[in-house]
Amino acid sequence: MEYLNAFWVGGVFCVIAQILIDKTKLTPARILVGYVTSGVLLSALGIYPPLVKYAQCGATVPLTGFGYSIAKGVEKAVDQYGLIGALTGGFTACAAGIAAALIFGYIAALIFNGRPK
Amino acid sequence: MNKKEYKKYSEERAKKSPLFSNCIKAFLCGGAICTLGQLLKNAYEALGISEESVKMLVPVTLIFAAVLLSGLGIFDKIAKHTGAGTLVPITGFANAVVSPALDTKNEGWVLGVGAKIFTISGPVILYGMLSGAIYGIIYWIVKVI
Repeated sequence: MEYLNAFWVGGVFCVIAQILIDKTKLTPARILVGYVTSGVLLSALGIYPPLVKYAQCGATVPLTGFGYSIAKGVEKAVDQYGLIGALTGGFTACAAGIAAALIFGYIAALIFNGRPK
Repeated sequence: MNKKEYKKYSEERAKKSPLFSNCIKAFLCGGAICTLGQLLKNAYEALGISEESVKMLVPVTLIFAAVLLSGLGIFDKIAKHTGAGTLVPITGFANAVVSPALDTKNEGWVLGVGAKIFTISGPVILYGMLSGAIYGIIYWIVKVI
């Protein structure tokens, strides 16, 4: 059951983005920025956490989940360190993801060559 | 149906059908990636890895796979068909980091790869952190009051 929930919720997130791309000519970069920001906003409003509970990876794997991690990290850091946590929490929560993307990306650039588009 | 009506009708059909099939492909592919994430999560948990680590390992594994497929040139071939299905999951973020890095190798390692690796990921990180910080301040104020 948790696979089914992950599948359809994750799928719906992608369909919304597909409609935005096809109908509004928003560039993929804008979609990604919009998704992360929406993730933070929806988490702040308390809408996203129940969705994560229901769909698990269906909600955490889409980029809105990145925003959710940032929001959760900020809450945790503010609880622990006070106001300074507003600055530290976001990076702490998604440090692994960002570092992985950058480091793997760099290694890939060392090994592979770009292709003409 | 006269010519004008037919033209209007065919235009509507031509516009509608790619959107519909694009959405189906995006739904199936995005759903599949999230299901794969769920599979990884359950597998890591079964191995006895702590919940906190699993939370980080799942995106890291998906990012690794996306970077590898991007480097091999397979990712772009899949993404051409799946559109938002590969863009919206964390795989899209990974691809957005690695593709400019690969394409700018000949511009040098500092201002080429080093700078361009952030072309798309930079705005994502900036606005994610900005909105996170704003939320943090509001969260702090609400807590203090």
